[in-house]
Amino acid sequence: MRAYQRKLDIKNGCVDLSHGSGGRAMAQLISGLFHEAFGNEWLARGNDQSAFDVGDGRMVMTTDGYVVSPLFFPGGDIGSLAVHGTVNDIAMAGARPLYLSASFIIEEGFRFCDLKTIAESMGEAARVAGVHIITGDTKVVERGKADGLFISTAGVGVVPDGLDLSAENARVGDRVLISGTLGDHGVAIMSKRQNLTFETEIVSDSAPLNDLVAEMVEAGGRGIRLMRDPTRGGLAATLNEIAHQSGLGFHLIEERIPVKPGVAAACELLGLDPLHVANEGKLVAIVAPDVAGAVLAAMRGHRLGRDAADIGEAVADDHHFVQMATSFGGGRIVDWLSGEQLPRIC
Amino acid sequence: MCLAIPAEVTKILPDEMAIVSIDGVSKEISVALIEDLAVGDYVIVHVGYALTKIDPDEARRTLELLRELSAEAQGAAS
Amino acid sequence: MKYADEFRDKAIALGLAKTIEAETDPGRPYRFMEFCGGHTHAISRYGLEDLLPKNVRMIHGPGCPVCVLPAGRIDMAIRLAERPDVILCVYGDLMRVPGSQGASLLKAKARGADIRMVYSTIDAVRIAEENAGREIVFFAIGFETTTPPTAVMIRLAEKKQLENFSVFCNHVLTPPAMQNILESPDIRKIGRIEIDGFVGPAHVSTIIGTAPYEFFAEEFGKPVVIAGFEPLDMMQAILMLVRQVNENRHEVENQYSRAVTCGGNLRAKEEVSDIFELRAQFEWRGLGQVPYSGLKLKRTYAKYDAEVRFGMSELRVDDNPACECGAILRGVKKPVDCKLFGTVCTPETPMGSCMVSSEGACAAHWTYGRFRDHQQRRAS
Repeated sequence: MRAYQRKLDIKNGCVDLSHGSGGRAMAQLISGLFHEAFGNEWLARGNDQSAFDVGDGRMVMTTDGYVVSPLFFPGGDIGSLAVHGTVNDIAMAGARPLYLSASFIIEEGFRFCDLKTIAESMGEAARVAGVHIITGDTKVVERGKADGLFISTAGVGVVPDGLDLSAENARVGDRVLISGTLGDHGVAIMSKRQNLTFETEIVSDSAPLNDLVAEMVEAGGRGIRLMRDPTRGGLAATLNEIAHQSGLGFHLIEERIPVKPGVAAACELLGLDPLHVANEGKLVAIVAPDVAGAVLAAMRGHRLGRDAADIGEAVADDHHFVQMATSFGGGRIVDWLSGEQLPRIC
Repeated sequence: MCLAIPAEVTKILPDEMAIVSIDGVSKEISVALIEDLAVGDYVIVHVGYALTKIDPDEARRTLELLRELSAEAQGAAS
Repeated sequence: MKYADEFRDKAIALGLAKTIEAETDPGRPYRFMEFCGGHTHAISRYGLEDLLPKNVRMIHGPGCPVCVLPAGRIDMAIRLAERPDVILCVYGDLMRVPGSQGASLLKAKARGADIRMVYSTIDAVRIAEENAGREIVFFAIGFETTTPPTAVMIRLAEKKQLENFSVFCNHVLTPPAMQNILESPDIRKIGRIEIDGFVGPAHVSTIIGTAPYEFFAEEFGKPVVIAGFEPLDMMQAILMLVRQVNENRHEVENQYSRAVTCGGNLRAKEEVSDIFELRAQFEWRGLGQVPYSGLKLKRTYAKYDAEVRFGMSELRVDDNPACECGAILRGVKKPVDCKLFGTVCTPETPMGSCMVSSEGACAAHWTYGRFRDHQQRRAS
């Protein structure tokens, strides 16, 4: 006779400290909620770890933490964000993402229904991206110690031999390509922040880029020097990082940088520069000039790269400045954002 | 900090508040400093308040003058 | 964006640049001071200086209310915020302004002070309503543009009969600061720097109107052109100033006629004069004590005055002796003339007022102008 096990009250119940203590309650939470949502053969075996084959090529590994607030925002939630972000970090190496781990730190009192929504969102995001969440962990902390939910991930993937994307590959004359409009994610998040209260139709661009990357690699091969996704700090932070790491400078053309009118308007209203605002479904690629045209065409042919653009080039510059020709033809520097204007964008 | 941006009034609310909109972004602001406001008016918005209405005739006049001034140099050059 | 995009038209800008070039006398300099942080920012953001002839130079005046806030006032705010019963509401720009010994509101918040960034004074009232058991203090700063919103907020607090709300008032006035600059020994007596004209602030002027500037034009014989925020507004204003200089006129002209009138916003002025009165003097970071340049709440509103309510004592802090903010604010020196610029003093680690806000002369130069120094150095 099977022992009676009360079903998880998803609708009305919430997480309490017993769910993190390693006992039956926790096991029930994990199988009833997470395994249900992530549904795969590894998790079904119920071990603390999972083994997998990798095949040919080199392994790529990444890790990330997600502390976004609010947890639910237009275009996604902390769960889908966590999957997309991890997948993208692997994809930026030109690698194929394969497996993810997900570790949850949950504040006591967190509602089951919210946790279920987030878990299902992660499962769906993983399915669309073609990856599996094969291992995880759950901890519960006291009220006030975790602001709802924090998710930490690790991801592994495989990069084909011969492809070694890195900042030091960049050369003078390389083109700077971006995959689409800037600032969507940051503006979508800010629109839901209590102290800002503005209404907009802007939706986060959170999306998995591995498929787009595969097409780009197909078109450009080793002509692709490196790729990065401009998350916190926006394009400005990413290009400044690359400038310092590669020892070069950049010249950008403001008119070519695509920004949605609603994002531009929200940024004007708040006094922000779209170049400093976070993106979660965009990438920057530094590519050799002879393949730039082909790579750009491949990007534009993909649904996540319709607004892709060539926005400038790498130049020799001992000071590693990121310079930009303004819409007036005057010059300005695009610098890192100083300080953190709004904490916890992603 | 001096940020001020022109926005269209799309709805007037009670208690001297209103909704303004710029390119699909809308925000609730105070119009306590403005007299005789109507939907469709444009105002300058600063820290959540409308500071003044934009005079559309003056705006048009300024733009025309700008175009003239800009063309002067071209005319002289050719 | 309507009423913005049209005034950012590139073709018109390039045409205006040619007109300005055609009308400037190559044999003389034209030095114009812009008095508004928004103008400083616009010049940098659009790279307008690249479009102007070499003999037209823009000097960045003390037009940034964040930048001119003395370190001592920041220390006072931090002390207030450290009280467990207080919620201090501030505009975002204030978080990183340096107080004494590297203190800041951001650091105080990290140590546990309840400091909340708000976009508007209306948010501060809402926080007061939602936290009846706490003392809500709004850290008010700004020129005449931002003072009416504070006045309306106090009026609203009164109407709602809030018992847990007050304002730490640091509002300052534009004309006295302009006068202070023009009367400084560097300019009046020594003649070390000549200012040929002023670009008057955009949104301060929507409130105070054009009338207050008449005094400057007459007394100091300098032209004043009030300009809008958009790049075309600025360029037109510069052209109007060039013309006045060439024709030896010193009048007040209003380029921003779509938003500024002679009398300004009467209602706003009334709200302000109902609630505030002049302080005999107020310290401006980099300028020292400036007479009749700051506002405080009238005695009838003492219950909303944080300085009275909390018995706050005045804290005075000297700036770093190597800091050249004072000279830079008066247009006598440039950011690169300051030993601290780019070394000890950067946007991440601001030492003085000019680096603190993105509208400050040093911050603007750091972000937008630094590479020009290198280009020039390489060229020479």
